[in-house]
Amino acid sequence: MPIRTAEPAPGAEASAVRRGGGPAARARRTERAKNWARRAPLLPALVFLVIVTQLPFVATVVISFTRWNALAPENRGFAAFDNYRAVFTDPAMRASVGTTVLLTVTVVLVSLLLGLVLALLLDRGFRGRGIVRTLLITPFLVVPVASALLWKHALYNASYGLLNGSLTWIWRLFGSDDPPQPDWMTDSPLAAVEVSLIWQWTPFMMLILLAGLQSRATDAIEAARMDGASAFDIFRYLTLPHLRRYLELAALLGTVYVVQNFDAVFTITSGGLGTANLPYTIYQTFYQAHDYGRASAQGVVVVLCSLLVATFALRTVSSLLREEVTR
Amino acid sequence: MNRSPLAPRRTGSPATRRRRRTGTLLGLTAWLCGIGFFLPVAWMVLTSFHSETDAATNPPSVGAGLSLHGYREFFGADSGVSPWPPLINSLTASVVATVLVLLLAIPAAYALAIKPVRKWSDVLFFFLSTKMLPLVAGLLPVYLVAQNTGMLDSIWLLVLLYTSMNLPIAVWMMRSFLAEVPVEMLEAASIDGAGLTCTLTRIVAPVAMPGIAATALISFIFSWNELLFARVLTGIVAGTSPVFLTGLVTSQGLFLAKVCAAATVISLPVIVAGFAAQDKLVQGLSLGAVK
Repeated sequence: MPIRTAEPAPGAEASAVRRGGGPAARARRTERAKNWARRAPLLPALVFLVIVTQLPFVATVVISFTRWNALAPENRGFAAFDNYRAVFTDPAMRASVGTTVLLTVTVVLVSLLLGLVLALLLDRGFRGRGIVRTLLITPFLVVPVASALLWKHALYNASYGLLNGSLTWIWRLFGSDDPPQPDWMTDSPLAAVEVSLIWQWTPFMMLILLAGLQSRATDAIEAARMDGASAFDIFRYLTLPHLRRYLELAALLGTVYVVQNFDAVFTITSGGLGTANLPYTIYQTFYQAHDYGRASAQGVVVVLCSLLVATFALRTVSSLLREEVTR
Repeated sequence: MNRSPLAPRRTGSPATRRRRRTGTLLGLTAWLCGIGFFLPVAWMVLTSFHSETDAATNPPSVGAGLSLHGYREFFGADSGVSPWPPLINSLTASVVATVLVLLLAIPAAYALAIKPVRKWSDVLFFFLSTKMLPLVAGLLPVYLVAQNTGMLDSIWLLVLLYTSMNLPIAVWMMRSFLAEVPVEMLEAASIDGAGLTCTLTRIVAPVAMPGIAATALISFIFSWNELLFARVLTGIVAGTSPVFLTGLVTSQGLFLAKVCAAATVISLPVIVAGFAAQDKLVQGLSLGAVK
């Protein structure tokens, strides 16, 4: 493959001459060959992705129009829109749409806000900043299933979890033998899942926002401080506008991952008590109810909803890219 | 206010002194937040070193004697269930998928960054859009194909899926790292008559190496952590560590110290790798949009 040669490769020219044709046709041919040479390295990745991710989705669409339950294999056939009708009239499905939205919005917003506060704190110099940063990112590095198990059994558990254990300990300090011992996972199951996910995703938000803060130009801030601007003014009029695209990026990437969350819902509540989100519901329809047709219809609906989020996400990322396009 | 060891000496104007005091307070707040976020992990590690009776107490027994019981249980010394097959499965799936991801992503990123093809940003967005589709929507056909080809409960099916799962992100990351190669240097090399190999090894590789390492790390972490595919598509033979972890609780009741030991061991490779590459991790996770 030629590296930006001004002249066409000698071999290509010779073959073009042999095949005849005017100089215009020859130029067109070498141009086409050069384009293919440029595209070639891209092809393996593209072909692989189309086969492994797009084809299964096409199959999902096809299956979503069939009546197909693995427990009753003889009763299989074309179902038209039956599965979709079932999906939209199923109260459990509608509930899981609501749960997914609530879970995602809460987790993303709270962890974004916490992440912003932490990033602002870490942006200043203080003793042991490196250590604090390392402590803060650890939750993000714990394997998700492990962190879900940790929250469920070591922290939330009503009889020996750390939360209730600490309550007992604090109440004893004040001489009381009757501490409150709430059952966190039964009393507020969705919140229990959300808190564990917020704990896990706040570091991610913090890392992106911290990188954003540290890419600020310091001279404008110095100048503003010289002119007597307060810390809040600097934050409001200089830092926040600069951070905007980083906030958007963090929120969108967080959304993409949290919408698809399976580990925490599966482990902490097994989808019970109104915590079943869409991925968990599909998993259940497919893996436990063996209703292939319905699970596929659910999958298609989820993809259509995701496209909405994805459109916004792609637009934001493209605005980030735009400054690079000059290349 | 008493003078804490962290407080600076009382010098300078009152305003400077006030600013320093706020600075110290903010520093302390940051420390408290850091410790607060780390606390559950610390608790997990501490519990993993307790005996089962000390692990499940209320109030918590922080000062209880340490014991390797949980780790002995986990490694099968006492229970007879070995964690090595799932650990080896996880390692195989993650490493092979990561190598495949790099083999596919580096040339693609080269075509998108160094010698951009026409409409390169459209291609880039196609890659990203595949990542935005929920994986669960393609799970059933994959399962059916695997069932009919005998690939169910095979680690190689996971390798394929993990490669496709991480490839879009890897292409984005590698592209952003390769885009840092200065165009002027490429042009200069071309004018000096440098060949492709020479340009790649002398100009592109030095800039790309840290990027390749970061891409590999993130691909490894996501593969190592994956649960849904592994749970649905593997069983007895090819189960990975996360599947093994969920199985610890459901099949045998709960042994808190053992579960904490297992969670610690399985998280350890990712935590160590993540600490080692904090900066590159950020750039990678934000698809290279943040530098």
